[in-house]
Amino acid sequence: MPAVIKDLRPERDEKFARIISVGGYRPPRIVTNAEVCERIDSTDEWIKERSGIETRRWADPAESVVDMAVKAAEKALSNAKITSEQISAVIVATITYPYQTPSAATDIALRIGNPKAAAFDISAACAGFCYGVGLANDLIRGGTAEYVLVIGVEKLTDFIDLNDRSIGFLFADGAGAVIIGPSSTRGIGPTIWGSDATAREAINQKSSWLALKPGDINENPDLHWPEIQMQGQTVFRWAVWQMAPIATKALEAAGVAAADLDAFIPHQANARIIDAMVKALALPSHVPVSKDIRNSGNTSAASIPLAMEAMLESGEVASGGTALLIGFGAGLVYAAQVVQLP
Amino acid sequence: MAHSAEEVLAGLAGIVEEVAGIPASSVLMDKSFTDDLDVDSLSMVEVVVAAEEKFGVKIPDDEVKNLVTVGDAVNYIVKAGL
Repeated sequence: MPAVIKDLRPERDEKFARIISVGGYRPPRIVTNAEVCERIDSTDEWIKERSGIETRRWADPAESVVDMAVKAAEKALSNAKITSEQISAVIVATITYPYQTPSAATDIALRIGNPKAAAFDISAACAGFCYGVGLANDLIRGGTAEYVLVIGVEKLTDFIDLNDRSIGFLFADGAGAVIIGPSSTRGIGPTIWGSDATAREAINQKSSWLALKPGDINENPDLHWPEIQMQGQTVFRWAVWQMAPIATKALEAAGVAAADLDAFIPHQANARIIDAMVKALALPSHVPVSKDIRNSGNTSAASIPLAMEAMLESGEVASGGTALLIGFGAGLVYAAQVVQLP
Repeated sequence: MAHSAEEVLAGLAGIVEEVAGIPASSVLMDKSFTDDLDVDSLSMVEVVVAAEEKFGVKIPDDEVKNLVTVGDAVNYIVKAGL
């Protein structure tokens, strides 16, 4: 007779999870379109028209993904009024941490003062933050974690060709963190997620790291840094017309009507994608829509928590408000959920 | 469902007006979307998706770059609908 497996951990009274706090870090260096146009053949008007971006932040060359993530995490911890020792798990969404192993999450856990927390990175590009929120919600509700630190962080300036006129103006750097913890009410709705792996090539890294092995470099002097590249039209089409129905599913699964939202916080991919998505969703005009991309550029996994913090700080939406989040990006992958704002 | 070139041109002109704010009367067969009508690459995707819906055809991403003039798009949609 097989042994009966039990769960002998004490049961928690709070059966749900919610986002307790948010903290963002924006590198101090503001880069204008005029500065970008010193590298690429473009104009301020063209960039604003195609992307909505007026300025973006670029990290200092010496500032790492972990440096930025730690600053965002410390702000989120302080806002949550908990100590780092209370964190059971650190989840980091990033595609620009330049080490294969160990993870960024373990370095962050160490640097915030909790080197014993469970820690791992997830690779879900611009959907990474919403993947992390979904995971944290399930870990807490399943009893595997109590407080989870979820960070979206990117230093995209290390991984794109800043002289490429199709992409050099779009991407930027930054970090956003949230603390997710137990709650007696449901603060995170069901996560609607998935992928369209047939479109893996739409956003990808030009070549494998293996092409940079010393032997290969010597044999092929044309090898270059494997930057991230993107098929703009394909991504635009997918993001608008495939993602609007996903956002609708997340609303339906949470039983929230679009008209009852206090904010729509999509991944800040491009203002044109956001505008077209709002139209495709037929979102009522009274619902505030984040346009943090104007001053942040596209920061991939960091964009949603940064946008969330900006909306709360500006008073555009109040603490406790109901927001729809949707992240979508390279993979192609996506995740969406309705949350109660911290 | 088959559409005549005239029908497609009229429908497409309406779509271009709605998406890009260009008067339908200036959407003529020989006009280039980019150079004459100032329809940028992202607006072009909006035009293509709206045209797919209106005419019940599929215009794959790889084809979009070949649709330089309004005539190219009209001819593609007419053929695709046959």
